Amino acid sequence: MATEILMPALSPTMEEGTLAKWLVKEGDTVSSGDILAEIETDKATMEFEAVDEGIVGKILIAEGTEGVKVNTPIAILVEEGEDASTVTATAPAAAAEAEAAPAAVEAPAPAPAAPAVPTVDLSPDWPADAEMKSMTVREALRDAMAEEMRSDEDVYLMGEEVGEYQGAYKVSQGLLDEFGAKRVIDTPITEHGFTGIAVGSAFGGLKPIVEFMTFNFAMQAIDQIINSAAKTLYMSGGQMGCPIVFRGPNGAAARVAAQHSQDYAAWYMQIPGLKVVMPYSAADAKGLLKSAIRDPNPVVFLENEILYGRSFDVPQVDDLTVPLGKARIWREGTDVTIVSFGIGMQYALEAADKLAEDGISAEVIDLRTIRPMDTGAIINSVMKTNRLVTVEEGWPQGSVGSYISSVVMQEAFDYLDAPVITLTGKDVPMPYAANLEKLALITTDEVIAAVKQVTYR
Amino acid sequence: MAARKTTKKPNVSAEELKTYYREMLLIRRFEEKAGQLYGMGLIGGFCHLYIGQEAVVVGLEAAAEDGDKRITSYRDHGHMLACGMDPGGVMAELTGREGGLSKGKGGSMHMFSKEKHFYGGHGIVGAQVPLGAGLAFADKYKDNGRVTFTYFGDGAANQGQVYETFNMAAIWQLPVVFVIENNQYAMGTAQSRSTSTKDIYHRGEAFGIPGEIVNGMDVLAVKEAGEKAVAHCRAGKGPYILEVKTYRYRGHSMSDPAKYRTREEVQKVREQSDPIEHVRELLLTGKHATEDDLKAIDKEIKEVVNQAAEFAKESPEPSLDELWTDIYA
Repeated sequence: MATEILMPALSPTMEEGTLAKWLVKEGDTVSSGDILAEIETDKATMEFEAVDEGIVGKILIAEGTEGVKVNTPIAILVEEGEDASTVTATAPAAAAEAEAAPAAVEAPAPAPAAPAVPTVDLSPDWPADAEMKSMTVREALRDAMAEEMRSDEDVYLMGEEVGEYQGAYKVSQGLLDEFGAKRVIDTPITEHGFTGIAVGSAFGGLKPIVEFMTFNFAMQAIDQIINSAAKTLYMSGGQMGCPIVFRGPNGAAARVAAQHSQDYAAWYMQIPGLKVVMPYSAADAKGLLKSAIRDPNPVVFLENEILYGRSFDVPQVDDLTVPLGKARIWREGTDVTIVSFGIGMQYALEAADKLAEDGISAEVIDLRTIRPMDTGAIINSVMKTNRLVTVEEGWPQGSVGSYISSVVMQEAFDYLDAPVITLTGKDVPMPYAANLEKLALITTDEVIAAVKQVTYR
Repeated sequence: MAARKTTKKPNVSAEELKTYYREMLLIRRFEEKAGQLYGMGLIGGFCHLYIGQEAVVVGLEAAAEDGDKRITSYRDHGHMLACGMDPGGVMAELTGREGGLSKGKGGSMHMFSKEKHFYGGHGIVGAQVPLGAGLAFADKYKDNGRVTFTYFGDGAANQGQVYETFNMAAIWQLPVVFVIENNQYAMGTAQSRSTSTKDIYHRGEAFGIPGEIVNGMDVLAVKEAGEKAVAHCRAGKGPYILEVKTYRYRGHSMSDPAKYRTREEVQKVREQSDPIEHVRELLLTGKHATEDDLKAIDKEIKEVVNQAAEFAKESPEPSLDELWTDIYA
């Protein structure tokens, strides 16, 4: 049976090309893989190979022809004894079929409109009468890991110095003794490699906790976090999930300068497929880490070195968990909403105390989870206070605050009585000198000044 | 290119030989059809064909047991067909349709099958190497006796994460076979221009990982080497490297101008070392099959591929709400 040879698409973007040269003539026998012609695309001259076997019955497009559209018949291949002249070109039909195949792109489904008044989960995370015990963030994180490792054999901890050294920041203290070297694994200094191994083990059915000594070093591994961990569920059509937690200290510590003092909240916040958590208190650190370990998705869990040693009341309940994606209202107020997360909460809360002395009532919201973000809680609060200040340590351009500000502008514009102020760290690499470092970081006074600005005081 | 050795009489049954012939032919015909559909505009984006390298995956799959895992790069159609994934599902993924193995959301470079223990299909060169070691890490953790085949090319062999992985696979004695599919060109860069050593598996020696060169145009040699490597891993002796010398007949992707090698070079390999022709010869000269038997197989394979292509054309595009699914579990 005669077959038409069509002008091929030779690149993802090619629509037409020049048939530069025929390397066969009518009557030639060709087999699969033989070069038939040279075709010039916008990028290069390429050889075009035969797929089927047969005899070149007729050449339909002469060499040198420019602007030959993809899928135009350029020659006819016949079998032995067959006459090419009996074959009529069915060009338009073939081309039409190819064009018609991918259905025309319809208008995208509209994004669901936000409800006028968002539903907000204001339920308490633990019983009001729970017994409380003072505990550091460091201890709370360790207890969260230990509890989850006790209840699930597939959970293991991997990272630099997590075992025999007992944790570079002592977060994993005691875990090696309890769980042994099979489940508390010291790695070489090789972030890219061990992150890939941990992600692979999650594909293979385990639930790894990867500790980065600090998140600054996770930049070596960010391809595995984003391209492998975050995207595979989608790329596999839902078949292959990646239950993994990437955790470690994030943001500025003290006097460690530019390469060790970056806040990655806004970086990871951008990635669909990742969840991003950044706790402030010890109770939230414990409850959120336990939830993160159980979550079937990759979770980036951003801790803070300065907060590790800070003590908070932690409820003494069996199996304390805090749901991901739920903000916490730390302090109710009526005049302004201050939204923060992680160590930024320290400045937000201090500012709220001082503002109260001046008669300004600030509502302080701890996002706790940056992605998925509880924007409902923010909007709900802004509808009441009509003013918003966001506080974070990261840089200003593309900050978490700038995202919040855009959401509030789009969904609660009519409720705003002043422009949103997004407070961030200064737009500089972190300096080493004590006075300059202090200047680069956000301060309580800056929060107070911003609140006074949006309340016109 | 290692010349084909014909000195040793293969210790293999006629049925096995026919199976390898059939499996390699399926890959070749499938890839030719994919090239055709690409030319017609039915397949978009990047499409990397496996033609010429068929003996590598078919030989290694013959050395695998049920439950063993495999992971590779973006040149992955052959691996999927060789481990038994449905040709229609693979082709429909290439055309971006609902019936594709990733529901049309992954494409040529990103396909997976939990059922067949195929862990992708990865588009970032070299990223699959630590991932593969991680699969082996999970198997060792569970102590289930499974082995992971981690495939990568001579190009990926220059990524740093490969050596980070070699180091950890060696210290943790992970049951992973690193398969370097050395087709001699990293995209358009010849190995001699990109790589300091002629034989890449030597780099494993620095980590104490044993390895060897394998003639990747000879499916029986690949199978034999695969069995040795798998036995090493299953015995708890840690990783093993197979550097399989092979050759890609087609371009790196569909838009390859082929200016970095001569037509004669490609033609010479096709004529002298073709892996499918090799098995065909063994079948005919050993009187294990007649020309008619092989024609019947050819016909059968052509039918399978045509059906896959039909399915891939007829399967509808994914529904628009699929845009928003499978982002979170």
